[in-house]
Amino acid sequence: MRGIGQYFIFLGSLFVNRETVSTYVKLIIDECILIGWKSIFIVVIISSFIGAVSTVQTAYNLVSPLIDRYVISLIVRDMTLLELAPTITALVFAGKVGSNIASGLGTMRITEQIDALEVMGINASSYLVLPKIIASMLMYPLLVILAAFLSIYGGYLAGVLTGVTTPYEYIYGIRADFNEYSVSFALTKAVVFAFLISSISAYKGYFTKGGALEVGIASTNAVTNSCIAVLLADYLLAQLLL
Amino acid sequence: MIEFRNIHKSFEEKVVLDGVSGVLERGKCNLLIGASGTGKSVLLKCIVGLIPTDQGEVLFDNRDFTLADRDLKTDIRREIGMLFQSGALFDSKTVEQNVMFPLDILTKMSKEEKLERANIVLKRVGLENTNKKMPSEISGGMKKRVGIARAIVNEDVKYLFCDEPNSGLDPQTSILIDDLIKEITDELQITTTVVTHDMNSVLGIGDKIMFLFKGKKVWEGNKDEIMDSGVKEFDDFVFANKVMNKMRHG
Repeated sequence: MRGIGQYFIFLGSLFVNRETVSTYVKLIIDECILIGWKSIFIVVIISSFIGAVSTVQTAYNLVSPLIDRYVISLIVRDMTLLELAPTITALVFAGKVGSNIASGLGTMRITEQIDALEVMGINASSYLVLPKIIASMLMYPLLVILAAFLSIYGGYLAGVLTGVTTPYEYIYGIRADFNEYSVSFALTKAVVFAFLISSISAYKGYFTKGGALEVGIASTNAVTNSCIAVLLADYLLAQLLL
Repeated sequence: MIEFRNIHKSFEEKVVLDGVSGVLERGKCNLLIGASGTGKSVLLKCIVGLIPTDQGEVLFDNRDFTLADRDLKTDIRREIGMLFQSGALFDSKTVEQNVMFPLDILTKMSKEEKLERANIVLKRVGLENTNKKMPSEISGGMKKRVGIARAIVNEDVKYLFCDEPNSGLDPQTSILIDDLIKEITDELQITTTVVTHDMNSVLGIGDKIMFLFKGKKVWEGNKDEIMDSGVKEFDDFVFANKVMNKMRHG
């Protein structure tokens, strides 16, 4: 409970004694490149394969001749939009970006770089953490859009190349009974997950004490706690919004 | 001038500072010395506000830092330069960017003005041709000098704090850093505070020396008064050094 209280106090500290807006704009752009642009490769790989595997496995399970084959892509689409794109990508995002944030801030803490900022009269938590959270909340939804598109496209390639579905059936299934709210829901989840991952990882890194070993522990804890928070939030959002 | 009164600090059950008071004088190198674990660095961090005190006051030129509101605290902090034990240079920035950083944040100077000021201080610490190097590309002594340059780059700096400036340096480089700190203090007439346990520094730049033992200040004087302090704990600390011991016994 103490840790949760400290986390909320930490979040509150991000908004007091801030620097100028122009300072943050530059930092946010830098973080967007680091967090968003440099995560594209892993998102492309994972989402394409998840889509491909989803298609093949759905086809494998739909053995009844009474079920049309366009249902395969319909299932892949809904799975992708509702769960795979926002949530699985979030777990990967936690592993890549979350650990990077925690270890970066942890190293700054143990090498007294954060103290150096504080001594200069800068609110170090706001200066270092706020841009990371804002950049994550801006970039992660874009990564989710990319992941959703590539996952569905990966499913298309796998389905067509292996012959479990035809291009016409796949595209028909993608369009059938489409509910636009799924996209809004996925993007809402993306914003919430990005906030949780970046803020929890920053919190874990910012309060690192000790040396290199503790930086490693902070990084591991950041990923573990972020993943748990994402899964909890995933369930709560599904209950509340669907 | 900085005055600290009755500073108490404990970490859970362990009392680290037990009612320490003193005055750090302007234009002088004020040294806080003592064995490892006596609370020197904690006292320094309490003075600059990095660690909150349990009790006591810190006054920067009669401005109470402990009771100051956020604005006053920020104003005072912007008059502080600090050299950290590890240098604490920002890894992702070049030497030049590190030195310019306080100006980027604290002033409205143009880029050319900031660059000019950074070049002046880098030249002052003897690092003219390192502007574009990364901290990982320079030696420990150079990192300390960049740290000093960053600490004094803002012309408003009135107080310089150095936490173990010689740690990890060879004797020659240590003397160079000590001399630099002393020269800068004299030139800028700032209040300099150095935490050290290096007797060479004590003898070299100790205009005013405070000796801490088990969280208390047990001796205060200058480098000329070291030999006959009359305080056992201080003598034990000073003459543990073989060279000092030899000097004592002729």
